[in-house]
Amino acid sequence: MALLEVENLQTHFRTPSGINRAVDGVSFHVNEGETLAIVGESGCGKSVTSMSLMRLIPEPPGRIAGSIRFAGKDLLELSDREMRAIRGNDISMIFQEPMTSLNPVLTVGRQIRETLMIHQGLDKAAAEAHAVEMLTLVGIPEPKRRVGEYPHQLSGGMRQRVMIAIALACNPKLLIADEPTTALDVTIQAQILKLMLDLKRRVGAAIILITHDLGVVAEIAERVMVMYAGRKVEEAPVAELFRSPRHPYTQGLLGAVPRLGSSLTGTARRLAEIPGQVPDLRKPITGCVFAGRCALATDLCRQYAPGLEEKGPRHVAACHYAAKGAVAA
Amino acid sequence: MLSYILRRIVATLPVMAIVALFVFSLLYIAPGDPAVVIAGDQASPEDVERIRQSLGLDRPFLVQFGSWVWRILHGDLGTSIFTNLPVSAMIGQRLGPTLSLMIVTLLLTIVVAVPLGVVAAWKAGSLIDRVIMGFAVFGFSLPVFVVGYMLAYIFALELEWLPVQGYTPLSSGFWPWLENLILPAIALGCVYIALVARITRAAMLEVLQQDYIRTAKAKGLGQGGILFIHALKNAAVPIVTVIGIGIALLIGGAVVTESVFAIPGLGRLTIDAILRRDYPVIQGIVLLFSFVYVLVNLMIDVIYTLVDPRIRY
Repeated sequence: MALLEVENLQTHFRTPSGINRAVDGVSFHVNEGETLAIVGESGCGKSVTSMSLMRLIPEPPGRIAGSIRFAGKDLLELSDREMRAIRGNDISMIFQEPMTSLNPVLTVGRQIRETLMIHQGLDKAAAEAHAVEMLTLVGIPEPKRRVGEYPHQLSGGMRQRVMIAIALACNPKLLIADEPTTALDVTIQAQILKLMLDLKRRVGAAIILITHDLGVVAEIAERVMVMYAGRKVEEAPVAELFRSPRHPYTQGLLGAVPRLGSSLTGTARRLAEIPGQVPDLRKPITGCVFAGRCALATDLCRQYAPGLEEKGPRHVAACHYAAKGAVAA
Repeated sequence: MLSYILRRIVATLPVMAIVALFVFSLLYIAPGDPAVVIAGDQASPEDVERIRQSLGLDRPFLVQFGSWVWRILHGDLGTSIFTNLPVSAMIGQRLGPTLSLMIVTLLLTIVVAVPLGVVAAWKAGSLIDRVIMGFAVFGFSLPVFVVGYMLAYIFALELEWLPVQGYTPLSSGFWPWLENLILPAIALGCVYIALVARITRAAMLEVLQQDYIRTAKAKGLGQGGILFIHALKNAAVPIVTVIGIGIALLIGGAVVTESVFAIPGLGRLTIDAILRRDYPVIQGIVLLFSFVYVLVNLMIDVIYTLVDPRIRY
């Protein structure tokens, strides 16, 4: 059974120049213990989707519609109090910027303790002991000393480990990681990813990984959802998606990944780029959202929006010419 | 930390020396020969000459300054020309009421202004925010004596809830003491509250945009915990700064407030001394206020280290 089922999620923002449809009718699900990656370029609605799941979008100017069923409950129908009991407890989040995501004036220990005291009703001493355990678990040396330290005394990688410790302190069922490694050094990235995978196995949490790094996706995701201009354009198991991407946008994304050492082996080719920009989401879009940048677009694409269609086993894509597109790649 | 405080105290010495030099020069900057001023209109030239000699005014300026400083360091602020009492004793008598007024005003300001600013920032753009900020502008533009007389008229004369004026020392009971200070503290605190509320709002608005506030929300914290623990502690440095700067406002405002409410404090003493050209008293008071202000600044710097662990000296 699905742990999380999102139906027709729409997150719109009222702006002075019109309504920004940051997320416009996205549906997906995450099974228990599964890792789903959401990929797309900047401004495609990945982060807004994740913030919507936690109801962290300020309303107004934002407005979230549709349904988000988590463990049988529609999160959009909960009271603020009920929602607070879920945040940090059943669903928790890791953010992109470890340098700024921790409170600079509170000790690391206090920031881990807090979730335990709110959600698990632990007293201070018990929470402190658990905080030390969590720091050990995320591989921070000398955890007893570190709990008393402030974020500025830790490196970026360590801070992200602390964020993971906070996120996993209450054994959440779902962990949303929004670009968790983007701001880190490459060597640290690998450590953090490995840590997330280890802990996921231990805790049994499902993960929604938001990223534009396809290398990370290949590494840890089981299923991938590709977003473009606030919509889902393709979804498939990770191996299937990398083997036969159907949507021209996905193909573009895969083509835009540089291959290390290709110039040495003589297989170098020009990096493919996707020309143009994400369309203005404040204006209504007729036809396919990607038509403006798609080399294969025809009048059909510009007039009628393609629906999500089955293109293979557990593989859907929203493109009139998806099959043909696959051949063209 | 302790060595920092010691170093800071040592560093205040040159500051105080400059203040002292300025205060001492008051006698010379003021129009007219100090001896003539002190002797008064009726004095004969012999009287003036006698006063000049007894004050040591015939000696070189720096020698006079040196001996003046020497006496101050020994706790001797001189003698009042008008009452012939030691200045230190006169100040000592008046210290209690002024200190009481300032402390009550300071506490009132912190208790009222900080929560107002926090709520205004939280509800930024809403009606509540506009009402609070409207009040702040209003409070900022009203002079102390207008607010003072208005409060005295409404709450003392019409409603008879509180005494019109006067002062009762703390030794005769907490409530009698506080009762007399409520209206003056509100009058004196108006500008101060407005200032602190505005700064609190601005500092909070900036902090509430930060990533760690989003983290706090994602952890499931309630609004109160987010605002008053995660956000306020980060906004504390500018707030503490403006509260400290505001103490200078209080010193100036106390002079007026004490006149309006007939509080026998340093403010009244200052006015009396100025009207009588009682230079030793004026010098003593200015010196004291400067010293208090320097001390407050040191305290602010120490408080910084308590609210923000990144600040270390």
